[in-house]
Amino acid sequence: MTADAAPDTRDADVERTHLTCTLAETWKTPAGFWGALSTVDHKIIGRRYIFTAFVFLALGGVLAALMRIQLAQPEARLLGPDRYNQIFTMHGANMMFLFAVPVMEAMAVYLVPLMVGTRNIAFPRLNAFSYWIYLAGGALLWIAFALDMGPDVGWFAYVPLSGPQYGAGKRADIWAQMITFTELSALAVAVELVVTIFKQRAPGMTLDRIPVFVWAMLVTSFLVIMAMPAIMVASTSLILDRLVGTHLFNPAEGGDVLLWQHLFWFFGHPEVYIIFLPAAGMVSTMIEPFARRPAFGYLALVMALIATGILSFGLWVHHMFVAGLPRLGESFFTASSMTIAIPAGIQVFCWLATLWDGTLVFKTPLLFIIGFIVTFVIGGLTGVMVASVPFDTQVHDTYFVVAHFHYVLVGGAVFPLLGAIHYWFPKLTGRMMSETLGQWSFWLIFIGFNATFFPMHILGLQGMPRRIYTYQPDLAWHGMNLFVSLSAAVLIAGFLLFFVNALRSARYGEPASDNPWDAPTLEWATASPPPSYNFAMIPVVSGAQPLWNVEGALPVAEGLRTDRRELVVTSLAAAEPQTREASPRHSIWPLWAALATTVMLIWSIFSPWAVVWGSIPIAVTLIGWFWPKGTPEDES
Amino acid sequence: MRERVVLDLARLPLHGTGAASVTWWGTLAFMLIEGTGFALAIAVYLYLMSLATTWPLDAPPPDLLPGTLVTVILVVSVVPNVMISRWAEQQDLRKVRIGMIVMSALGVAPLIVRIFEFPALNISWDSNAYGSVVWILLGLHTTHIITDLVDTLVLAALMFTRHGDNLRRFGDVQDNAMYWNFVVTTWLPIYGCIYWIPRL
Repeated sequence: MTADAAPDTRDADVERTHLTCTLAETWKTPAGFWGALSTVDHKIIGRRYIFTAFVFLALGGVLAALMRIQLAQPEARLLGPDRYNQIFTMHGANMMFLFAVPVMEAMAVYLVPLMVGTRNIAFPRLNAFSYWIYLAGGALLWIAFALDMGPDVGWFAYVPLSGPQYGAGKRADIWAQMITFTELSALAVAVELVVTIFKQRAPGMTLDRIPVFVWAMLVTSFLVIMAMPAIMVASTSLILDRLVGTHLFNPAEGGDVLLWQHLFWFFGHPEVYIIFLPAAGMVSTMIEPFARRPAFGYLALVMALIATGILSFGLWVHHMFVAGLPRLGESFFTASSMTIAIPAGIQVFCWLATLWDGTLVFKTPLLFIIGFIVTFVIGGLTGVMVASVPFDTQVHDTYFVVAHFHYVLVGGAVFPLLGAIHYWFPKLTGRMMSETLGQWSFWLIFIGFNATFFPMHILGLQGMPRRIYTYQPDLAWHGMNLFVSLSAAVLIAGFLLFFVNALRSARYGEPASDNPWDAPTLEWATASPPPSYNFAMIPVVSGAQPLWNVEGALPVAEGLRTDRRELVVTSLAAAEPQTREASPRHSIWPLWAALATTVMLIWSIFSPWAVVWGSIPIAVTLIGWFWPKGTPEDES
Repeated sequence: MRERVVLDLARLPLHGTGAASVTWWGTLAFMLIEGTGFALAIAVYLYLMSLATTWPLDAPPPDLLPGTLVTVILVVSVVPNVMISRWAEQQDLRKVRIGMIVMSALGVAPLIVRIFEFPALNISWDSNAYGSVVWILLGLHTTHIITDLVDTLVLAALMFTRHGDNLRRFGDVQDNAMYWNFVVTTWLPIYGCIYWIPRL
């Protein structure tokens, strides 16, 4: 039956039991393989994204383990210098581009529509496309590595090392195109999130009632939109230098190698906050049910997120203090690097105040929150240290920096993320994770992490450089390196326990109620896991903690059609209802478009003509994607 | 969780245009991404220029005629572009169809002139960094003209089918017009960089 022939059935006209059946039929993803390939349900895509990102985390962890085995003893022979170069490059590129950024966006793809009370993300077909492109980019990198063609120029791919003069073969090209894949994916999700948050919030969810995690994702999405074009310009320029003989980074012909570093770090430093801000938002949101009170200083938390986002663009040069820049520039970037500690500090004090004034419930997510605060503060303090030019000059490219950024990235992002997985697991799967295994994994990870990375500060101060595949016995680094490698085994055991807990609980965990933590945000107002339509009736929000602000029944809106996919569009600031919008149905075209894009991008590593001929199938798939086929507007 | 109805959405219109449309916001977001890309490409041009002892490097300035002709065509195209946006707002299908044909032609015209513009740069992309960056700037903008032209052609075809006469498609026409204005606007600083900065 076409939408045209369907009766104009509204939710108000249907009994509740019949309503959920009708909505389930309208919003369902087709069964089977075809349905799996064509789904546009943000929850299915979000779960897929999260799972894939954790697979990449595990793969990156294996590489880290290999590096630690190699460095446990001086002059070890497990890995030669060439393979070691590939492995540390793969580890960094994998963790930054295939795990850290995508997993945060993946969590948002799943959670944001639920938290703002809408039925699907904006541009759901773009969302499907973004996942396929991300998967293709990850596959490209790992297949190349398996074929001994993996990049070996560091995750930052500095020229001239990655340029045509020194980077023979296709290794650097594969790095550059992998970047293009993942940035396309990240940018697509950023656009979807911005529009979902701006225009699809539940009626009444004014700007001061948006959950802090959603605010964090809004700021993060703008960071992605403003920062990622820099790395796309950089990686495309690198490809052009390598493939068609441009000279942008060639000093002999008027180019400049430092131009690469400027472009890379103009993206690379905001990248840290693209990873950290979602984690901070997760903490601010998760802390409420475990402190049994609203987060302290909502306005301060949101302003700190925005301030961090803005300031993050003024820091990139602090990665280049030893590159011989003008003294005035160094002073400016030292000041701005230290300034960003202020909004970070504001958030930490807000979390501490929330815990101080709360009635604490010591479940696994709260343990990860506390672990995060401890490790992130240490990472933040060493961050202030390396923001100082004289200190940075001493420790630059030593293990001190390795320790610092792992404290910031693992402590600042992975700890909250693991807490978030425990916290939102019921909403993701409908089951609870084991609390006992959760607490064991927390302590193993917390102890293993600190025992692994804290000594690296000392190794760095003793002069151990980064990226070396071995060292001499007479340098007296081996005792601490052995300790670090053994501690890494504890850390890995903690992660293995986490994976076992997650996989086991997804199947055998205790069934979860709708709101097992008695949490206040809207995602807990629907079933665990949510049905295909998210909410049978769209919630109406009257406070910053919607489920704590209502007494008795949840206020909802009626009047949407049930026979086709409708959601409500609201105004930007006041979230007043403006229109009913049709949400696109499932489609195979995003997959075809992603495949066509993949062929073009990989082909273009070998021939510039790929851009010309490869664009034609992309255009065809995009026309197929957008051409209306019985959409409600065309039928009405 | 128990629920109580406090709001009726039944009378809301199905789909909005302008700021009430999610597509409009999506287009705006992509313009922001691409605008940042253009700004960075211009920054690269200025950065390389700041390092050079002479600019242009080992080449005469580009010939003015083809680039200026493209500029004139693009600026003139804004007039029918604004008109088509208004007709779409008024949901005047006949005028929108005519306007889409005109805008398709105005998308092809600068591409034809641009074929002559690349040689008029008087330098190849692989001669030196100056040649590379001017080719990249021109190529980047040309890519945007081509993509918007394809979009305009498809939308024009769509407006001549049974799918054309509804609010959503008129909204698409408005968004397409907004994007063309973006393509024109971004050309102006690029034109200044490529053609006039070397003459300063």
